[in-house]
Amino acid sequence: MEKSDKRTVKIMTGNEACAEAAIASGMRFFAGYPITPSSEIAEILSKRLPEVGGVFIQMEDEIASMGAIIGASLSGLKSMTATSGPGFSLMQENIGYASMAEVPVVVVNVMRGGPSTGLPTLPSQADVMQARWGTHGDHPVIAVTPSTVQEIYEWTVKSFNFSEKYRVPVILLLDEIIGHLNEKIVIPDTDEIKIINRPLSTDPPERYIPYKFTEDDIPPIAHYGTGYRFNVTGLSHDETGFPTNDPKKIDALYRRINRKIERYKNEIIFYKTELLDDAEICLVSYGSSARSAKRAMREARASGIKVGLFQIYVLWPFPYEALREISKRIRKFIVPEMNLGQIAHEVECATRTDCIKVNRVDGSPITPQEVLEKIKYVSL
Amino acid sequence: MFPYRRYLRLDKFPHIWCTGCGCGIIMKAMLRAIDRAKIQKDDVAIVSGIGCSSRTPGYLDFNTLHTHHGRAIAFATGVKLAKPKLKVIVVTGDGDATAIGGNHFIHAARRNLDMTVILYNNHIYGMTGGQVSPTTPFGKKATTAPYGSTEPDFDISNLAIAAGASFVARSTCYHATQLDKLIERALSKKGFSLIEVFTQCPTYYGRPNRLGNAVDMLRYYKENSIPIETAKKLSDEEKRGKITIGVLHDIERPEFCEEYQKLLERVKKI
Repeated sequence: MEKSDKRTVKIMTGNEACAEAAIASGMRFFAGYPITPSSEIAEILSKRLPEVGGVFIQMEDEIASMGAIIGASLSGLKSMTATSGPGFSLMQENIGYASMAEVPVVVVNVMRGGPSTGLPTLPSQADVMQARWGTHGDHPVIAVTPSTVQEIYEWTVKSFNFSEKYRVPVILLLDEIIGHLNEKIVIPDTDEIKIINRPLSTDPPERYIPYKFTEDDIPPIAHYGTGYRFNVTGLSHDETGFPTNDPKKIDALYRRINRKIERYKNEIIFYKTELLDDAEICLVSYGSSARSAKRAMREARASGIKVGLFQIYVLWPFPYEALREISKRIRKFIVPEMNLGQIAHEVECATRTDCIKVNRVDGSPITPQEVLEKIKYVSL
Repeated sequence: MFPYRRYLRLDKFPHIWCTGCGCGIIMKAMLRAIDRAKIQKDDVAIVSGIGCSSRTPGYLDFNTLHTHHGRAIAFATGVKLAKPKLKVIVVTGDGDATAIGGNHFIHAARRNLDMTVILYNNHIYGMTGGQVSPTTPFGKKATTAPYGSTEPDFDISNLAIAAGASFVARSTCYHATQLDKLIERALSKKGFSLIEVFTQCPTYYGRPNRLGNAVDMLRYYKENSIPIETAKKLSDEEKRGKITIGVLHDIERPEFCEEYQKLLERVKKI
């Protein structure tokens, strides 16, 4: 980002940064249901959205919240909800609808321990596979994993941009640690924030085809109440948006909505590498666990161990190719994550190696010391 | 004849409903009501869930949204709040609105969000093959109640009244001319309005319960319906087994969109 005098430096929590970034992204409709540790996002937005003329509504449950944001998005407002584990489970039904009907929405999941009610006030990263495969059927989705309050701001903006550009639901995965962490943040001036809005149809209403097969696989959208009278359904549909049982049309639909992510994955996938050039050991991590991994890496380097970091910011689509490429020169991968090895499995799949897992599922963060011990063990 | 074609997506016909089904009668009444209320097609959003009733929007030339089972009202809440100028109509069924979608139904009524819910109550799950629903009367048979239902049924209109709806009316497919007038009144009412319509499902409710064909079922509605004005004079015992029709409830309550607008004005002044 460019330097500007209009930047403001603040101390805020991750949940607060998420809410502010959503407003800055142009989000004007929030529907949600209280759940720890995400509730602050709803609380802040219940105050902030009316200030900017937006709509805040507390719904009767998470199923309704997800339904309402889809309805609002189809009517033209950038929309979002925020929840945690059990609420995320309830949202899966309508996340599938957003995938199927290609409705831009952002779903924030501030992860806590699970399954079930689990650990309401303690962190976890155990919803990462649910973020990918939580709703039924082959479906497109994007999920992102920032690790600092500053990154939460940036990736909230990017989540809206992805969602609008590709017409997919985007899952913004935070966890209790960074959601509640107070940290320094530099809020950029509004001119500095790059905003992408959904592709709007320029066809006249009588020629509008809601799910037209276009060169770029992303059909331009029209909104309810603007003179375009079209149909949206969760059933398999043809280009016109009406249900179809024609195998060719069904096949074309499912392949296109999934291809949207596959063909654009190189502009979606994002990761950062650090000290990997001469590394023999590679840490692969994301979210708050990546912070511990980074610290452990620095301490290991200080004692002469050649270790680097591969930090994932876009978890889905997963950076399989990049990890495969790196695996040619890495002796061992270590994957710290607050679950029982969900992403380690993907790393193994990408690198065709057995990796070392560093897992915690007791509601406590993974410490740099724990990662360091594994690094030392591997380097022996 | 009323120009139904003006409001239909003719290329979507023939419809999927069974012979003798009441869905078409209600759909036509709805179109007459919209026409009389002089609401432009572009300004109407029809939202539905899953079930026989919920196939209605697909045939209609409005802004249409066919959602998940039970979720129509949740989606409609977003549509309405994002575009308050839209006249939002939810088309739903007894199972859709009061079983899987019961929570959304009562809360939309409580909020008094401006929308009209037209609920096709056929006492059965038609689309999935005749399973027992929350409105299947005690003792009646269904494919998942082969020995007869052992559960009491919901009085949907009373449920909506208790939950806070502004306007509640009930009618039947026999009373089609009354039905469009009731829908028209509901459309002009600010707030949450419900039109509950008893409708025949000869295929999955009539047949297993030996209620005859569609005409027999309509005759039943004719002979067993009593206007609310009459019903008020009867004892509970005298009303047993009767269908009370007409405007059951019509009150003024603060409407959600208007209250939200006031909130925005208030915040602007801070």
